[in-house]
Amino acid sequence: MKEQLQQIKASVERALNDAVTLEALEEIRIKYMGKKGELTAVLKGMGKLSAEERPIIGALANEIRQNLESEIETKKAAITAKLEEEKLKEVVIDITMPGTKKNVGKLHPMTQVMNALKEIFMGMGFSVAEGPEVEYDYYNFEALNIPKNHPARDTQDTFYIEDNIVLRTQTSPMQVRVMEKTKPPIRIIAPGRVYRSDTQDATHSPVFHQIEGLVVDKNITMADLKGTLERFVKELYGEDTRVRFRPHHFPFTEPSAEMDYSCFNCGGKGCSVCKGEGWIEILGCGMVHPKVLENCGIDPEEYTGFAFGIGLERIAMGKFNINDLRLFFENDMRFLEQF
Amino acid sequence: MDLPMSWLSDYTDISGVTPKEYSDKMTMSGSKVEGVENLGKDIDKVVVGKVLECEMHPDSDHLHVCMVDVGEGEPIQIVCGAPNVAVGQKVPVALNGAILPGGIKIKKGKLRGVMSNGMICSHDELGIEPSRLGYEPEYGILVLDENAEIGSDVKDLFGLNENVVEFEITSNRPDCFSIIGLARETAATFKKSFNVPTPKVTEAGGDINDMLSVEILDKDKCKRYCARAVKNVKIGPSPKWMRERLEACGVRAINNIVDITNYVLLEYGQPMHAFDIRDIAGGKITVRRANDGEVIKTLDEQDRTLINDDLVIADNERAIAIAGVMGGFNSEIKDDTTTVVFESAMFDAASVRLTAQRVGLRTEASSRYEKGLDYHNTVPAIERACELVEMLGCGENVSGMIDVLGNVEEPVSIKFRPDKINSFLGTDIAEADMLETFERLGIECRDMMLYPPSWRPDLLAEADIAEEVARFYGYDLIPTTLMVGQTTCGILTPEQKLEREISNILTAQGLYEIYTYNFQSPAMLDKLNVAPNSPLRNQVKISNPLGEDTSVMRTTMAGSMLETLSRNYNYRTKSGKFFELGRVYIPNEKGQLPDEPRTLMIGMYNDVDFFDIKGVCEEMFSELHITDVEYERLTDNPVYHPGRSAVIKANGKTLGVIGEVHPSVLRNFEIGVKAYIGELDFTAVFNAANRDVKYTPLTKFPAVTRDSSIVCNIETPVAEIEKVMKKAGGKLLSKLELNDVYTGSQIPEGKKSVMYKAEFKAPDRSLTGEEADNLHTKIVKNLSNELGAELR
Repeated sequence: MKEQLQQIKASVERALNDAVTLEALEEIRIKYMGKKGELTAVLKGMGKLSAEERPIIGALANEIRQNLESEIETKKAAITAKLEEEKLKEVVIDITMPGTKKNVGKLHPMTQVMNALKEIFMGMGFSVAEGPEVEYDYYNFEALNIPKNHPARDTQDTFYIEDNIVLRTQTSPMQVRVMEKTKPPIRIIAPGRVYRSDTQDATHSPVFHQIEGLVVDKNITMADLKGTLERFVKELYGEDTRVRFRPHHFPFTEPSAEMDYSCFNCGGKGCSVCKGEGWIEILGCGMVHPKVLENCGIDPEEYTGFAFGIGLERIAMGKFNINDLRLFFENDMRFLEQF
Repeated sequence: MDLPMSWLSDYTDISGVTPKEYSDKMTMSGSKVEGVENLGKDIDKVVVGKVLECEMHPDSDHLHVCMVDVGEGEPIQIVCGAPNVAVGQKVPVALNGAILPGGIKIKKGKLRGVMSNGMICSHDELGIEPSRLGYEPEYGILVLDENAEIGSDVKDLFGLNENVVEFEITSNRPDCFSIIGLARETAATFKKSFNVPTPKVTEAGGDINDMLSVEILDKDKCKRYCARAVKNVKIGPSPKWMRERLEACGVRAINNIVDITNYVLLEYGQPMHAFDIRDIAGGKITVRRANDGEVIKTLDEQDRTLINDDLVIADNERAIAIAGVMGGFNSEIKDDTTTVVFESAMFDAASVRLTAQRVGLRTEASSRYEKGLDYHNTVPAIERACELVEMLGCGENVSGMIDVLGNVEEPVSIKFRPDKINSFLGTDIAEADMLETFERLGIECRDMMLYPPSWRPDLLAEADIAEEVARFYGYDLIPTTLMVGQTTCGILTPEQKLEREISNILTAQGLYEIYTYNFQSPAMLDKLNVAPNSPLRNQVKISNPLGEDTSVMRTTMAGSMLETLSRNYNYRTKSGKFFELGRVYIPNEKGQLPDEPRTLMIGMYNDVDFFDIKGVCEEMFSELHITDVEYERLTDNPVYHPGRSAVIKANGKTLGVIGEVHPSVLRNFEIGVKAYIGELDFTAVFNAANRDVKYTPLTKFPAVTRDSSIVCNIETPVAEIEKVMKKAGGKLLSKLELNDVYTGSQIPEGKKSVMYKAEFKAPDRSLTGEEADNLHTKIVKNLSNELGAELR
C-alpha cells in the first residue's frame, strides 16, 4: 500500500508538470483527489490495514494529500498569473499618442527673466523695492546730480507731464526714495518700467524695463561692487563666465563703470552675437556719488555704497535669442506660448 | 570724437602700438573706443604711374592706348577713355587685381581688341573729394603732382594710410573733445611722455586796439572773450597736411582761414570763429543778449529768430554771430577778405545748450561749449591760430590781443587722503603711484592738497580723484570681494508675494501673461464707449508725446486687453486667455504725482462664456482664501453687456468687475467673436486675501445627504436661494452643491427648477436621519415663506 501511495504521488507530480491550463489542473484534482479519485480510493481502503500499519500509512497518506493539494494551488496561481499577463498583452495601447493636457498658461518671458534676477539678488540679501513711474523731476534727475540743463539729460529723451513731473527715464530715482526712508545697511533692487521718447523699432521701445540695485553701508568698497556683480553674472550665465569693468560716466556714481561679460555664444572669441568683440555689455554701475548720499541725508564720510542698473530686455533677448523688441509688447499667443 | 593716430605723434609717442592694442587699453582706461577705421581700406594696389606714350585706339574714336611706367620694370599698356590723358602726366594707376571703393575689382583684359593691364583712375573712382585735394580737378583722370614717386602707393599721396580712432566721449570730459586732450589720456594710459609746445606768435606791428574794441554785457553768459587780428590775408586753399588732418576728422576743408579755425577747434578743443573786419560795423564787438524776435541769418543761410535768453556777438548795428553756436552769414570769410578777426571765447554751457536746442542747431562748437570748456584755453588756442597763419603764410598778425574777462568760477582744491582712497576702492595702491597719475593728468599736489587742472571741470571731490586713481591703476586690478557687515534679509513684501501667487493661480488655469503699453490714445476711451463726462476721461497727459497714440496714461486697462484680444483674433489664433498685472494712473492736483493703483486685468475670447471668467476668479479667490464673495449685477458700465456682467464684492468691498464685452465695443476693436474681460483692483484683492489660514479638524462622523428640486420664479438668483438655505441649515449644513437648473415643459411657465444636494454633518456625533429630515423640512419651509419656492 505504501508503494501504491508512492506511485500515486509520482504520477500526480508528473501530471502536474505537464498541466498548462486551469482545466487540466482541475482534471488532475478530480482524478486523484475527487470523491472517486485514486488517492481517495486508497484512503478508503485504510480500514483493511492492521492496527500497527494504520497510523503509519494514515500519516503518510495525509502528508501526500496535503502536499499534492498545495502543489496544485501553487500551480494554479502560476497559471492564473501567466494567463493574466497574456491577457494584458492583448490590450496594448499606442503610447506615442498625445497625452491629455490641462492647457497651463505661461508667464511673460520678461517676468521669467525678472524673477530669475530677483532670486539671485534676494539670495545675496537684497530686498525688492518699488516706486512710482510718474515721477518728480527731482527724484529722476536733480537728486541724482543731474541738474536742469545738464548734458546728461540729452541722452535720456524724457517724456514730461508737467515742468517738474516726468515719466521716469530710469529706475535710479528709487535709490533716492529708498535712501530717504531707510537707514543703512541698505541692500535693495528696484525692478520696473522706464520711459524714453524713442520711436519704436526692433531695438528701441518708448517703454522698457530696468532693475536698479543699491547697497549702502559702512566700509562698502569698489571691490565689493565688483565682487557682487561678478557673482550675479556667474549665477546668471554660469561659473565660467568672465566679466570686465570699463570706466564710464554716470552723474550719480563716482567712480563709474560699465560691465561686460564674456559672450555666452562664443565664450569670448568673438562672433556675430557679440559683434566680434567677445564681450557683451550688461549693466552700468558705480560707487554712489557722495552728493547723492548727502542729498538723502546720509553722511558720505561714514557710509559708502554702490549702485547698478540693468536693462532687462537686453538680457531676455540674449537669453531667448529674440531679435525684435516689439515682440515683447505685441502679446501674440504664438510668441507667448514658446517660453 | 575722431582721432587720426598720426596726429597723436605731435604730442606723445606710441610707436609700435597696434590699433587693436591702442583701442583695448584706451577703453579700459576710460576713453571708450567705438571702432578704428583705416581711411584707405577700400583702396588696394593703386600706384603712381607716368604716362610715357599715348596713342589713339585703332578701333575707337575716344579711347587711348597708353604705355605707363608703374615702377616695376617694363612699362605696362593701359587703355584709357579719359579725354585729358597725355604723355608726361603722373597718374593713379589701378594695377591688375586692384580694389577701388565700392568693392570694384580691376582685372586685365581686352578693350576693343587691345590689351589693357589696369586702369588710370579719376578722383571719383578713388573716392577722393575735391576738398581733400584742395581744388576742383578737371573732368577725366586725376593728374597727380609731378614730383610724385613712380610706383609709390597713392594712398600715401592723399594721406589715406591713416587709422582714425572713433571715441565715445562721456559728457563729463569736455577736454577729450580735442586731439590734445586725447593725447594726454593716451600718454597717461601708456605711461609715455606728453608735451604740447607753447604757440609762438610773430607780430607784424600795428595794434589791434586801434582796429577793434570788445565789450561783454552779460558777464555770466560770456566768461572770456579774446580777439586777435590778421592783416594782408590771402585766402586760398590750406596745405595738404592740414586738409588731410581735417578730412580725417570728418571736417571738410574750405579755405586757409576757416581751416585754421577748425584745425584749432579739433586740436585744442576750443571753438574759434573768424570775422571779416569789414563786416564789424563801428569796429566794436558787443557780447550781449539778443532782443526778443531778433533775426540773424546764420552761415548755413537760414534765418534764426532769437529770444532774450540767447547770447549774440554783435557789432554796433546787428548780431553777427550766435555766441557759441554759429557765425552770421553777414560776416563770413569771403574770397577777397583781407583783414580777419579771430574770436576765441568762453560761453556759459547751459546758455549755449539751450540756444542750440531751441534754434535746432547742433554744431561742433555748441556741442563742446555745452559740456563746459576751460577759459584758460582761449589764449593758447588763439595764439595757435596766429602761429598757423604764419606757418601757412596766409597773412600777418597784428600786434596785441584783446582779452576781456567775464565772471569765472574759482578753482577747487581737494584734500589728498591716500588711505581713504584705498579703503574706498578696496585697494592698496602706493601713494607714489597715485602722485604719478596726478602728474600725468596735470593735477597738482601741494601739502596734501590737490589742485585739478582748469581743463578738468569734472574733478570736484575726493570720489572724482579716486576714479582717476582707479582708472590708471586699472579697474581690472581692483580685487573682487563680497560684502561684509550686518546681514540683511532678501525677501519679498506681502504684496509682491501675492503678485507671484496670483500669476501662478492664473497660469495654472491656462491664462497667458501679457505686457502692454501704459500710455495710449485718448480715443481709446471712445472705443470703450466711455461717456464724455466719465471720471476715466481725467487722464495724465504727456506734454511731449511721440504721437497721439501714446499721449495719455491709461485710467483703465480694458483697452490694452481688448487690443491684445483683437490682435490675436486677427492673427487667426482660435482662442486665448490672458492676464496682466499692471497699473492705471489717476491724476491728482497739479504739481502732485498721480496715484498708480495696481490692477489685475483678465481677458479671454472664443470657446468661453461668462462662467469661465467667473470660474477663473472663483478659483483665485478660493486659493487666496477670500470668502463671502458676492456677485452683483452690473448694468451701467458701457464696456460690458448689461445682462452678462457683474460687480465682485468681498465683505461688502468692491474687488472689480467682470463680464461679457458689449457687442459694440467688440465691433470697435474688430473682434468677431464673444469676449470676456475682468478688471480687478489689486489692492482690494490684497486686502481681502486671508493669509492667516487655520486647520479645521477632520471629523470621523459620517455626513447625511438630502437631494431637493426646488421650483421658484425664473428671475430669482440662485444666490438668493442659497442664502435662505444656508441660514436655515445653520452650522450643521456642511456643503451645498448646485447640480442642475431646469426650465421647460415639465414645470410651469415663468418658473425654474433648481436641484441641490445638501450635506449635513456634526463635528462631534453621528447625525441621525431624523435630524437631517428636520433640517431639510425647515429649509423647504423657509424657501416657501421667503421666496415662494416649493419642492417639485
